Amino acid sequence: MKNIKKLLILLIVGIIIIGGFAGCSKPATETSSAAPGSLEEIKKRGTIKIGVFSDKPPFGYVDSNGKNQGFDVVIAKRFAKDLLGDEAKVEFVLVEAANRVAFLESNKVDIIMANFTVTEERKEKVDFANPYMKVSLGLVSSDNAKITSVDQLKGKKLIVNKGTTAQDYFTKNHPDIELLKYDQNTEAFEALKDNRGAALAHDNTEVLAWAKGNPGFSVGVPSLGSLDTIAPAVKKGNKELLDWINKELETIGKENFITKAYEETLKPVYGDSVSPDNLVIEGGKL
Amino acid sequence: MQSSVISMVFTSQNLMRLMGGLLVTARIAFISIAIGSIAGIGFGLLMTSKSKWIKGICRLYLEIFRIIPILVWLYIVYFGITSALNIHLEGELVAMIVFSLWGTAEMGDIVRGALESLPRHQIESGRALGLGFWKLYRYVLIPQAVRRMLPGAINLATRMVKTTSLVVLIGVVEVVKVGQQIIEVSRFQVQTASLWIYGLLFILYFIICYPLSVLSKRLEAKWSN
Repeated sequence: MKNIKKLLILLIVGIIIIGGFAGCSKPATETSSAAPGSLEEIKKRGTIKIGVFSDKPPFGYVDSNGKNQGFDVVIAKRFAKDLLGDEAKVEFVLVEAANRVAFLESNKVDIIMANFTVTEERKEKVDFANPYMKVSLGLVSSDNAKITSVDQLKGKKLIVNKGTTAQDYFTKNHPDIELLKYDQNTEAFEALKDNRGAALAHDNTEVLAWAKGNPGFSVGVPSLGSLDTIAPAVKKGNKELLDWINKELETIGKENFITKAYEETLKPVYGDSVSPDNLVIEGGKL
Repeated sequence: MQSSVISMVFTSQNLMRLMGGLLVTARIAFISIAIGSIAGIGFGLLMTSKSKWIKGICRLYLEIFRIIPILVWLYIVYFGITSALNIHLEGELVAMIVFSLWGTAEMGDIVRGALESLPRHQIESGRALGLGFWKLYRYVLIPQAVRRMLPGAINLATRMVKTTSLVVLIGVVEVVKVGQQIIEVSRFQVQTASLWIYGLLFILYFIICYPLSVLSKRLEAKWSN
C-alpha cells in the first residue's frame, strides 16, 4: 500500500514537471514579431548561424587547422557574403545527423546546411528551401563479399546512421533486414571495416567518396530508392529567410556557383567517374 | 606509412586541437565532479532525514537522474528548457549543469549508503558524549563515511569523465569529436587513422582518469592506518 502511494506521488510529480515543460514551450514560440532567425534579427546580430557537419568530408568537415571546409560550407559562406557583405560573417555550428532538427527548432541555428536530405517527415518539422543537390542511396560493401542487390541482404546485417534517409528507407521498405544503427559517421564506417555488417547504406555520394579512399571496398549498388534532393532548411514558419534563400539560389545559379563549388570541393574526391550534372542543382530547380 | 601517421598526428596542429578537446572534456568533468561531490554530501545528509517528505523528494530527484539517460537530460536542458524560457545557454555550460546535477544525485546516494552503513552505536555514543547534530556529523559520522564511500565516489568520477563524450550531441566539441574530425579528414591519406587516433584517445582518457585511481588508493592506504 505504501509503495503504491509512493509510486502515485512519483507519477504525479513527473507529469507536473513534463507538463510544465510543454506548457512553457507554447507561448515562447508564439512571439513571432521580432522572431529569432528573421532577416532583421540576423542583420542586427551581424552574423548568420549555419549548422554544418564537422566530420563528413567532402561536404562539411574541419581541416587540420580547425577551419570548416567542404561543399556545404562554400555555399554557406556565399550566403553570408550576399546577406551580410562578408563571407567571414558566418558562424558555423557543428551538428550531428541526429540533432539537426533540434538545433533548428530551438533557434540555435538560422539555417541547416548539413547535407540535409528533403523528406516528407522532415518537412513536417522544418521548412526546406529549394534544393542545391540531388542524391539517392547507395550500398557499399567489401570486395570479398560484394553486395550487388538488396535481395542479397536477407538474413544479414546492414549498417546505417541513425536519423538518416537510409535508415528510414530500409525500416519502411525492407523491415526484414536487420539494421545496425550508429550515431556517428565515423563509427558506422568503422563498423563496416570490422565486418560487423554485410554492407553500409548511406547517400550514394557519401559511399562513393568513401569507397574511393578505401581500397577493398566498393559500391555494389550505386543508386537505390527514389531520387532525393538536398536543400538548406530553416525553422518551420520562417518564410522570410526561406524566400531569401530561394532568391539567393536563383541569383548564384546564374553564374553556376554550385557547379563551381562542386569543382572546388567534390571533384577532387569523386574524380571523373561522376558527372557534376548528376549531383548539382543550379538555381534551385531540378 | 609510419611517417605519414606521425606527420598527420604530430607535425600539424592536430595535436593542439586534441589537447584543446581534452581541456574541454576535463573542464566539464572536473568542475562537475567538484560541484557534485560537495553538493552530493549535503544531498546525502538530506536523504538520511527522518522526514517522509524530504526523503520522498530526494528519492524522486535521485530516481529521475538515475532513470532518465544523461543524453536525454542534455537534450531537455539544451534544446527544451532554453527555447521554452527563450534564453541562450552555451552547450558547455549546459553540460556542466546536467553533469553536476547528475553527480549530486548519485554522490548523494553513495553518501547516504555510507552513512546508513555506520553502526548505530556510533550515533548513540556520540550523543552520549553530548555532541550536537553538527558536531556529531563533523567529527564522528562524516569522517567514517568518507572512507566507505571512496570506491563508489571514484567510480562515479571516472564514469562522469567518460560520459562527457555525449556532449558532442549538444554541439560541444570535446576530445573524441576532435579525434573523429581528424580521422575523417585524413581517412583518404591514412587508412589506419582511426586506429592511431583512438589509440591516442585511450591514452588521453587514461591520463585524466588514472590520477583519480591513484588518489583513491593513496587515501585508502592513508586512512587504513
